[in-house]
Amino acid sequence: MSKYETVIGLEVHVELATESKIFCSCPTAFGAGPNTHVCPVCLGFPGTLPVLNKRAVEYALRAALALNCHISSFAKFDRKNYFYPDLPKAYQISQYDLPLATGGYLEIQTAGVTRRIGITRVHLEEDAGKLVHAPSGEYSLADYNRTGVPLIEIVSEPDIRSPEEARAYLEKLKSILQYTGVSDVKMEEGSLRCDANISIMPAGSTRFGARAEIKNLNSFKAVQRGLEYEVKRQAQLLDAGGKVVQETRRWDEDKGETYTMRSKEEAHDYRYFPDPDLVPVMVDETWVAAIRQSLPELPDARRHRYIYELGLPPYDAGVITASRAMADFFEAVLAEYPDAKTVSNWVMGEITRYLNASNMEITQSGLSPAALAELLKLQADGTISGTIAKTVFEEMLATGHRAADIVKEKGLVQISHEPVIASLVDQAIAANPATVSDYRSGKEKALGFLVGQVMKLSGGKANPELVNRLLREKLQ
Amino acid sequence: MKITVEEVAHVAQLARLEITEEEMRLYTDQLNAILEYAARLDSLDTSGIQPTAHVLPLKNVFREDIKKTCLPLDEVLANAPRAEGGMFRVPPVLETEEASQ
Ligand SMILES: [Zn+2]
Repeated sequence: MSKYETVIGLEVHVELATESKIFCSCPTAFGAGPNTHVCPVCLGFPGTLPVLNKRAVEYALRAALALNCHISSFAKFDRKNYFYPDLPKAYQISQYDLPLATGGYLEIQTAGVTRRIGITRVHLEEDAGKLVHAPSGEYSLADYNRTGVPLIEIVSEPDIRSPEEARAYLEKLKSILQYTGVSDVKMEEGSLRCDANISIMPAGSTRFGARAEIKNLNSFKAVQRGLEYEVKRQAQLLDAGGKVVQETRRWDEDKGETYTMRSKEEAHDYRYFPDPDLVPVMVDETWVAAIRQSLPELPDARRHRYIYELGLPPYDAGVITASRAMADFFEAVLAEYPDAKTVSNWVMGEITRYLNASNMEITQSGLSPAALAELLKLQADGTISGTIAKTVFEEMLATGHRAADIVKEKGLVQISHEPVIASLVDQAIAANPATVSDYRSGKEKALGFLVGQVMKLSGGKANPELVNRLLREKLQ
Repeated sequence: MKITVEEVAHVAQLARLEITEEEMRLYTDQLNAILEYAARLDSLDTSGIQPTAHVLPLKNVFREDIKKTCLPLDEVLANAPRAEGGMFRVPPVLETEEASQ
């Protein structure tokens, strides 16, 4: 047991997948030329009025309900004032004391233990623009295309107790948001961003230590590594009789360390006040009920169902349900080939391997659930062996052809004709006298080698059960 | 409520205003006069009244999520003192000053 206990809270910003910005009609799409997705509203010209995008509110409500939050009956927008050229208005429209939703939670599983992590609040705000700094340091350039893109900020309670839990929290959050369809939640593309507050305290204490806020955690791995580094840094400080200073630090991925950005006190004096240009949002019971009704089955419910109704191991159920696309694929295969364990093994094995190697999502792979079901049926009815099924699978992905056609074209039908296999078995026995005598002297393992030899002679097409039986009979 | 010279200096700094010692004293007096005037409201009994978060009797004003044409780039940059590559050219900002959102 460690001397210190770690306390972590995460602030996550998620870009909502609306067509237009939160307070104007400019598109949110990525990749446009600098300042081509801007208008007088998002440029903060005097005399313009922001008008709230209804879908942004609906998406925020969806996310909040999926995170078990209480929806406020009265929410308002406030101005968060600070000077930085990524904000043309010199304030960001956000929500301060009356956010859209409060008091939720999500559940994480680490090392087989389920823990509930509280969610303090979910609020709506606008994104800022992008700055490019001239290499000479003489000037900076501002592109306001991202200014006004709708974000939700999700603030966790300081309930997270390790860097590993922080990562599990983020992965679960990503999964839930992806299920609700409110965001494409891609951390690499910046549609999910995470800042962390972290402190340590003597084990058993109830008083939190001074915390550091860590920025620039740009991947799940960076979150875990950055926090692991910070735990070590703070522990070394305390061990040496020093003190942790409350400050903002930045994670340097290449160096693998955090460094001081600025001290916290002054920078956080944002002089919030209610935005007079925007009227309150009042969400009634009917609206909440309609959104609750429209939510899909969420990852935890699905995981539970896979474990208790389909009999999958908890680990497999967790991996498959983490991605909605993968879980949908799994169920579509199951609809045509109702053997959950076999389908799960394929999804967890061959398919995941292929997707990882090619860095693709299941929806990009071109593999249809029907095509996989057809392959599994060919294996189940004995047309092809398990080994051949893997070869056919690779061929399917490479060519997009149907399993049955590949089997026919390439002559991959399993050989189950006894005399043919018997002659292959004889060949293998004749060619490997040493192994044969090993087996006869009691080395059971030697049989595996001989089975392999027969399979090789058959080009992988021999029925493995038949090979096993005939080998045993002939070696008696 | 009494506002101090230090508070005025702090707010001026947050608002990036450069003011002289003399102005600082002047604004302190003026702000105090305003605050004292507004403090008259404190004498009212508001215990049975809901706090006001907004002065307009409106709620839920929305627009549909439909994208429209944006401002042409030459108009976007028309008033910019300096521009480069379609972007506003601004005084250098240091990464370490980066504000949070
Ligand atoms: Zn705009």
